[in-house]
Amino acid sequence: MPLSGNEATVWALLLPFAAAALGPVLTHRLKHNAAWILAVFPAFIFIHFLSYVPMVAAGQTFTVSYEWIPTFGITFSFYIDGLSTLFALLVSGIGTLVVLYAGGYLKGHTQQGIFFTYLLLFMGAMLGVVTADNMITLFVYWELTSITSFLLIGFDHLRTASRRSALQALVVTGAGGMALLAGFLLVYLASGTWQMSELLTNPDVLRSSSLYLPIFILICLGAFTKSAQFPFHFWLPNAMEAPTPVSAYLHSATMVKAGVYLLMRMQPVMGGTEIWMTVLPFFGGLTLVIGTYLGLRQTDLKLILAYTTVASLGLLVMLTGSSSPHAIQGAVLYLFAHSLFKGGLFMAAGTVDHEAGTRDIRKLGGLRHAMPITFSATVLAALSMAGLPPLFGFVAKEVLYDGLWHAHSGGIFWAFTGVVGNSMMFALAAIVAIKPFLGPKVETPKHAHEGPLMLYAGPVVLSVAGLIAGLFVASTGEWLVNPMTSAIAGHSVTKELHLIPAHINAALFLSLLTIALGSTLFYFSDQLRSFVDRTLKIIGWGPDKGFDQFINATVRLSAFVTRTVQTGDMVMYMRAAFIALIFTLYTPMIITGSWPSLSQFELVTLTEAGIIAVALVGLYAVLTAKNRVTAMVSLGISGFSVAVIYLLFGAPDLSFTQFMVETLSVVILALVMTRLNLQPSDSRSVASKLLDSSLATLTGLGFALTLMSVTQQPFDASLSEFFTAFSRTIAHGRNIVNVILVDFRGFDTIGEISVVMVTGLCVLALIRVRPVSSKNNEETTTQIKQEAKS
Amino acid sequence: MNTVIFRTVAPFLTALMTLFSIFVLLRGHNEPGGGFIGGLIAVSAFAIYGIAYGVAGVRRALHVHPMSIAASGLLLAVASVLPSLFLGQPTMTSQWLEFSLFGTHIALSTPMFFDIGVYLVVVGAITSIALSLEERESD
Amino acid sequence: METIFSLLVGAFFAASIYLMLSRKLVRVLMGVAILGNAVNLLIFTSGRLLREIPPIIPLGEYLPLETTANPLPQALVLTAIVISFSFFAFFLVLGYRAYQELGTDDMLEMRVAEPENEVEPPLGY
Repeated sequence: MPLSGNEATVWALLLPFAAAALGPVLTHRLKHNAAWILAVFPAFIFIHFLSYVPMVAAGQTFTVSYEWIPTFGITFSFYIDGLSTLFALLVSGIGTLVVLYAGGYLKGHTQQGIFFTYLLLFMGAMLGVVTADNMITLFVYWELTSITSFLLIGFDHLRTASRRSALQALVVTGAGGMALLAGFLLVYLASGTWQMSELLTNPDVLRSSSLYLPIFILICLGAFTKSAQFPFHFWLPNAMEAPTPVSAYLHSATMVKAGVYLLMRMQPVMGGTEIWMTVLPFFGGLTLVIGTYLGLRQTDLKLILAYTTVASLGLLVMLTGSSSPHAIQGAVLYLFAHSLFKGGLFMAAGTVDHEAGTRDIRKLGGLRHAMPITFSATVLAALSMAGLPPLFGFVAKEVLYDGLWHAHSGGIFWAFTGVVGNSMMFALAAIVAIKPFLGPKVETPKHAHEGPLMLYAGPVVLSVAGLIAGLFVASTGEWLVNPMTSAIAGHSVTKELHLIPAHINAALFLSLLTIALGSTLFYFSDQLRSFVDRTLKIIGWGPDKGFDQFINATVRLSAFVTRTVQTGDMVMYMRAAFIALIFTLYTPMIITGSWPSLSQFELVTLTEAGIIAVALVGLYAVLTAKNRVTAMVSLGISGFSVAVIYLLFGAPDLSFTQFMVETLSVVILALVMTRLNLQPSDSRSVASKLLDSSLATLTGLGFALTLMSVTQQPFDASLSEFFTAFSRTIAHGRNIVNVILVDFRGFDTIGEISVVMVTGLCVLALIRVRPVSSKNNEETTTQIKQEAKS
Repeated sequence: MNTVIFRTVAPFLTALMTLFSIFVLLRGHNEPGGGFIGGLIAVSAFAIYGIAYGVAGVRRALHVHPMSIAASGLLLAVASVLPSLFLGQPTMTSQWLEFSLFGTHIALSTPMFFDIGVYLVVVGAITSIALSLEERESD
Repeated sequence: METIFSLLVGAFFAASIYLMLSRKLVRVLMGVAILGNAVNLLIFTSGRLLREIPPIIPLGEYLPLETTANPLPQALVLTAIVISFSFFAFFLVLGYRAYQELGTDDMLEMRVAEPENEVEPPLGY
């Protein structure tokens, strides 16, 4: 398998699924050390996508396509450009570290193997999302990430909170996925293509379409739910119920960015419009402020990080919505930086939890001596998150402030929103880095010490990567950031990046303001926390509680509907069925007004009139029969009269069969009725008898009228003529009915005798399968009977 | 119904009816008759035997379980589809083999075997149903 | 001619439905038996009626000498008779076993699958 090339990409994209299958097997053999082998798969994918970097930086794009459903133009296809390359590198690179981390974190867990499986399945799905070209392919992978996220959040399924969070994430992102599918279908209607790559070559087709608004709303719903934008933000903090590797990987570095990815992908074809540049920054900004504000209240390390993730996603949406190359470059830088530092911070927080036994910042302190490596990694990552030089986060913040400042309208307002959010983010970064590690040593539930290599490898690599990316920002910009920015902006962007700002500008000033505000907020963090708590108590109801109410209401509604529709009243079911049947029978005649004419009344012979009269008498007698014998005899009479009708109208085969069957029916009915001592008397009230008889009469009349209409139409006898003409000549049989059965339509007959066969088996099963005690009785009775006979 | 006369006549009646059912089956291709009717006649024959000698008597007389008869019938019907496949013709194309034996014209054909299959399925399945219902008459 | 038989078919349907709507097991069973006849007769009639001439080619001929009854509905009905019989038998045994296990022949009292007072579904996760 070559390391580069488009076919190799398809293999690389399937590789995680293969690794997922290996997960449980390897873990069974090697315990947690299986992680070393499993991490090779994502590392390999990482290297593979790395080989694309020079070509993509040179402006090349690649597509691979396989036919999937050619009838609908749906292919299984992939598109590699700057946007997908960076995303694929993040997914596979961080994935490698997370697999290792999971090896250490869940060491000794009985379900570790299946955890690896879910994690790698997710990786495969996420790689698919960011490289898919066909929108249906994208949708399938998109939903697969939702499903694997559900499995991972609910990994600890014995706890109610886990189950609730998992379901919540699935419902929210799944509903968004449905909206997204609808959006894609509209995109197809508007543009006539399923391929993202083709869409990008014709950038104005959507913007000029009358379907733009619905497409925009649906795509936004998909993106906002996935990327936890207000008011759908609540599922993401709840998803912290998942084990920490999941939080670090899915819920900060990769999956939640799928929504941002989608918006970035659509930016060239949908961005730049008034609504795009209003709605996205508005919701993004709102999410940024609300996310950080809610984060201030938290004392749980993971929850703090979760809320800052919500806020960061808001920032990314805001920047993407600005549609200016500057802001987009800021978004790309921030997205890249965020994945590095947030992934690292989550893993570090997990390590603290793993080694010290708690994640509550009030119960932690002075861990710097016990966990020096984790501490250093955390500080590096937190500096990047706070946006301090010389880290990558700093560059990102400079560029994004610059982009917001120069936004196409209301720049000052957006920049101000950014400063408010970022200063709170700064304070939270300080809390995460300082509270657990500095200050006097606090007794923790477990005796804290440095974790093993598997646990600190991830945070160290990611935070150092953040440092290197910052120091060599010019290269990072040239190879990774600018290609991605170009892909999002829809035209080539080659702005050079510098660690040290070339000149004093508004961005630098905003940065200083952020640092000043953030330090103040950190200083008053305890007071702030109680303040935020109080304000939230006043509001009380949030979308999170709303979700519970929604789910309960759904359950109650379905219970109500079930009780109303399925009352368990058999008679009601049948009445409903027959009323529906009456509608079906009469509606065509009423609508078209084609009632059968009664003028074609042809007289019948005396014999026929007689047999009709006998049949009617038989039917009437069945209806009014008070005892078994009358009922069965009259049932027989009505059946035999049908047999006579067949005989009179040239169907001797039918007639004989009907005679035999009618005899046997009456015999077995008699057997059952006698045995059970059942009487055919009618116990209905007069009112329901009246209702039932009118229903029955209406239905019967409906059938009669329909049949009259049918028989008054001209008759197409071509099939019958065919059978008649060829029965002797090619099938060598003179009984045409029999020839049809065994030759012309033999396959039908095979089906029919199979039905007879299956009925026989079912009857046998019904008779034979009984509780054990009565089976013994049966054997003894049979024995007694046999003895009596002999 | 366990009169001496009936119990004496029943075996002959059954044998006669079974023979008649086979006759009806075989003439089915050219005259009224065929697998379905033939099968039902045979079932009636067994039912008469059952009334006279009880279900256990019928089971003894049949030697095999009625559902096995039905199953072999279905097998025969499906097998009669196969020759056309081996000959490379569309599935279920009928094959005929005609020859004279001791001066009698005999025509063997796949539709005939197919019809015999139908006959056996009807005989087996419906006898099985009737027997399982009759069997519990005494409790 | 078909008009009169259409009315007869309607009568079969009406009788069968009236029986099936009553709550007693035995009446429902008889309703099913009649329904089979009703449907078969419906198919037979819709293929048009012709008196007394079965669709059989006389010995030595290659085509029928005169217009015969329509063979196609006959073939359909022939198998339908046998199938409706086996269905009837199955239904009979089902009803018989239900009566044995549940101890009632009243449809409204057979409430195992959908009990009278069903508990509320559990809320929560």
